[in-house]
Amino acid sequence: MNRRPWVLGVVVALVFLFLYAPIAWLAIASFNSSRSLSRISGFSLQWYAELADDTRVFASLQLTLQLALASAVISTVIGTLAAFGLRRAFPGRALWTVLLSLPLVVPEVVMGVAMLGFFVKLAGVPLGFGALLCAHVAFSLSFVVVVVRSRVSGMDVRMEEAAADLGASPFVAFRTVTLPLVAPAVAAGAAFAFLLSFDDVVISSYLTGVGSTTLPVFVYAQASKRGISPEVVALSTLMVTATALLLIIGVVFASWRARRAGSVARLA
Amino acid sequence: MFRRWLKANALLAPTGVWLGFFLIAPLVVVVEFSFATRHTGVARAVLPWTVQAYRTALDPAFLPIFGRTLLYAGATTLACLLLGFPLAWFIARYGGRYRTALLAAVLIPFWSSYLARIYAWKALLDGEGLVNTVFGWVGLDRDGGFLLTDGAVVLGLTYGFLPFMVLPLYVACERFDMRLVEASYDLGHGRVSTFFRVVLPGVMSGVLAGSLLVLVPAAGDFVTPKLLGGVDQSTFGSVIDDQFRGGNNWPLGSAMAVLLLVLVVFVLVLRGRRGEDVL
Repeated sequence: MNRRPWVLGVVVALVFLFLYAPIAWLAIASFNSSRSLSRISGFSLQWYAELADDTRVFASLQLTLQLALASAVISTVIGTLAAFGLRRAFPGRALWTVLLSLPLVVPEVVMGVAMLGFFVKLAGVPLGFGALLCAHVAFSLSFVVVVVRSRVSGMDVRMEEAAADLGASPFVAFRTVTLPLVAPAVAAGAAFAFLLSFDDVVISSYLTGVGSTTLPVFVYAQASKRGISPEVVALSTLMVTATALLLIIGVVFASWRARRAGSVARLA
Repeated sequence: MFRRWLKANALLAPTGVWLGFFLIAPLVVVVEFSFATRHTGVARAVLPWTVQAYRTALDPAFLPIFGRTLLYAGATTLACLLLGFPLAWFIARYGGRYRTALLAAVLIPFWSSYLARIYAWKALLDGEGLVNTVFGWVGLDRDGGFLLTDGAVVLGLTYGFLPFMVLPLYVACERFDMRLVEASYDLGHGRVSTFFRVVLPGVMSGVLAGSLLVLVPAAGDFVTPKLLGGVDQSTFGSVIDDQFRGGNNWPLGSAMAVLLLVLVVFVLVLRGRRGEDVL
């Protein structure tokens, strides 16, 4: 097709504008000399300076990162296994899909209060990191299964059969054929799980204990008292910048590797 | 056959155990609380059992809140579809070797805190905010800005849940065989007819998955309505939250949570077997 999709291009550009406008505004406001987010009155670095001195923010950021990482690892591993379990039809598969769709369809607030009631009733489990991890894996798992399963079910079984015919053991076939095919979906699922945990306010807000406040909950508590602090805006700006930089490095590195692989292939 | 059953269940077992302990058991606890008389300081259900909490929850006074919640969730899902589809389609079809980078560019804004993003909107929609100023140039500004309106809440929810729509849609668009579009043009279909007869059915699994992933979190969210809306924008989620945090009426909050669950189960049953390919 040689019709140029310029209408689509304009729409996509507008959607990107919609996605980035608030972030750009946050970045500008983080250099504001007053506390206001809506009126820019001058340039200053004071919020970054205050952020650097704030140990509470860093403690909760560290906890949030650890939690998101642990939750992503656990839910990716057991979620990927489950996605493979659902690959072929077997009696009871429909029941499993209903169970797995529950975390997707039960509203967060219901899950939050349910977990609060559960952990408090157990009493033996103090609220805090453990409770947060259990809950975060529970609500991330299904997302991993959805993403990985969509790839697994679209996969050609004949590829693995061919590997087996060529003498590969089940393990070798899995490692050299199946895994590379599903790897992008597993990575996407892991990123999804990380993001879900990292950004969760609702469920976490019911489960944080003393000394285990995640960053979103810390910000929420602060924000509902006296509005969002410019320090948090500065931190958000730093986080987005860091992610963007990592992404750019990743893309540059990947294209460099592709080009090198290409030149090696030409030599051979 | 039995071996296959055994293998599948062995792979699913860790997930089953985790969800059994940390999803099903808590939901059972909520049902228990919902029939309790009141809750004590240590949050134990107090006998005798009663349905008083359900009577209070089904009071007509709560009906508008329930309706508003569904309206917000529906409008958010629709808005996410309208914004997310062009994006997913563009990346899958024209992204080329920048696909991953473009997809990541969609996700970058979501690495800042959810709350910070909502506050950014709060600042932008404020009476003296940028949106109101720009609208003022063409005479469309409002006194006090656009905060505390239904539109502000739906906008905030749409912004917050857009990635949940874009990712499954992108997966569906990427799997979609683009040659079908060419074939449809060659066979004399126009753009509109091609979209509804070829593209949409082809990416339907992504549309359904994305809608489900947006609809439910949007219905349960109480942070966005609380921060961008006012008293008139309170949702079922925010009422439940009030019972657990402020009001300390756990049985009432639990009863409302159970009612919301019943609704969810109803939707699942309606969806029935059609949902098989969604999850």
